Amino acid sequence: MKQRFPLVPLLTALFAASFFIVPLIATFYFSLKMTRGELGFAAYASVFRSADFLQTISYSTIASLVAIAVGAVIIVPTAYWVRLKVPKLRPVVEFISLLPLIVPPVVLVFGYIRLFGSNSWLPLTASTSGTDVLLVIGYVVLSMPYMFRAVDNGMAAIDISTLTEAAESLGASRLRTIALVIFPNVRAAIISGAFLTFSISLGEFVLASLLNRPAFGPYLVQLGQDRAYEPAALAIMSFAFTWGCMALMQLFATRKPGQRWLPRAAQRITP
Amino acid sequence: MTIDTSAAPSELRHPGSPAARFGSLDWNWLGVVPFLAFAFLFLIGPVLYLVAGAFQNAEGQFTFANIVALGSPNIVASFSLTIRLSLLSAFMGALAGLLLGQAVILGGLPVWVRGAFTTFSGVASNFAGVPLAFAFIATLGRLGLVTVLLKDLFGINLYASGFNLFSFLGVSLVYLYFQLPLMFLIIAPALDGLRAEWREAAEILGATRRQYWRMVGLPVLLPTILGCFLLLFANAFGTLATVYALMGSGFDVVPIVLFQQIRGNVLYNPNLGYALALGMVVIMGVSNTAYLILRNRAERWQK
Repeated sequence: MKQRFPLVPLLTALFAASFFIVPLIATFYFSLKMTRGELGFAAYASVFRSADFLQTISYSTIASLVAIAVGAVIIVPTAYWVRLKVPKLRPVVEFISLLPLIVPPVVLVFGYIRLFGSNSWLPLTASTSGTDVLLVIGYVVLSMPYMFRAVDNGMAAIDISTLTEAAESLGASRLRTIALVIFPNVRAAIISGAFLTFSISLGEFVLASLLNRPAFGPYLVQLGQDRAYEPAALAIMSFAFTWGCMALMQLFATRKPGQRWLPRAAQRITP
Repeated sequence: MTIDTSAAPSELRHPGSPAARFGSLDWNWLGVVPFLAFAFLFLIGPVLYLVAGAFQNAEGQFTFANIVALGSPNIVASFSLTIRLSLLSAFMGALAGLLLGQAVILGGLPVWVRGAFTTFSGVASNFAGVPLAFAFIATLGRLGLVTVLLKDLFGINLYASGFNLFSFLGVSLVYLYFQLPLMFLIIAPALDGLRAEWREAAEILGATRRQYWRMVGLPVLLPTILGCFLLLFANAFGTLATVYALMGSGFDVVPIVLFQQIRGNVLYNPNLGYALALGMVVIMGVSNTAYLILRNRAERWQK
């Protein structure tokens, strides 16, 4: 084909880029206008001075971190065991791990409220700590598709059967093998899944709101109804936060044990 | 792709391992039990409970009344609104994502442009929820920057000319911010899979650019495009936080109705709530399954 100047592609790309960037610029500019007649970071200062902000963001941070830890403890041994011993069950486990993409969060939490309500067999929603547990479990479930895929990809990159044999012939128990050999080797994969989990659950609204927990998501919605400039500031911060999580996720996802900072393309050559 | 060679040989290599001695199948199966128990308790169980509730009346007897009640005008209106919104936003996302992919990947632009769009798309497709609504309110709301700039600089009054961010079209425009990047990300491998040989062959046979796309490019891409469309549809259908932050509780998409029902039984019938949840899961399940089937079909061309 003749090489023409790519005018139409260029215009398309420019149009798409402006659709992506204009809202960010506009939001940023809007967030600077809190003090009348001048540009400044007053909205950001106001956000950070707010006690509610600090409380809800710490609550959500803790809930997300616990969810990441619980998720790793459930998923890493399972992914390991399925790869090593019961590959027949792999489709089942994979299917279950993808189910949260089909079940919307609002349906999931509806089921929780009914199944674990105050007069059920396991009344988790009857107490504050029980509801906290349920929220964390909900985040574990919501992040399962991403966590499982990240960990499973991580396991594909290392030779788990040889590592297991080596550990066993040195006398390690099953648990010790998982904790001291497999875990460290898929650490980068876990961390990569963890950042995605973190970016999903930190500002999560539906579960936190319906379980009535003082999390960041419900606080954001409330703030959006009460204020004008602070929400814009928070939107910018949250975009930066998402960007940071994705960047770190990419960084850890492409990194393999032993070959520290090598780009992925170089390793793909050998299947 | 990494080929999974780890599982079977290990079993063969040490038949005397503890796992083999205990009667291998039963023992090995137990290793997955914690995961299955967790999934059953906190994922499958709650959903099954709702499904069962959808077929029961308040006294716990079996009935189809709740499913029939889904046909009542306000619920049909709510499903219709959600489906139309999801269709429109999926259509806009799929079309724009395809055009962008075509331009960036096949259009002869420098490679870094594609890299930049891919990176940005990874972020933007995850930038949904409340902050996204805030960003659009600050941009295109009544006092948003673009609204004000257009009025002050060009004398264009968006809201007087019929545009409203807090409307059906406005919501689908906001959804486009995460649908377009998602489409771009999932269509990129398929566009890479269009071989240069096919285009060259078509050209040698005298095909024009338009003929190539109509008779080779699009037919090859069609299963992928349809699959992506369904994925975007499901993505929009399940969205709650974004639309709630933008429109409040009065905008009757199914997720918001269910949200309100859980909060305060606005339907005055708990079991109808279960039926609503069932309806959501069925629609999400069907579109996701169809996506997977179409994706498998599309992969024929990518070998």
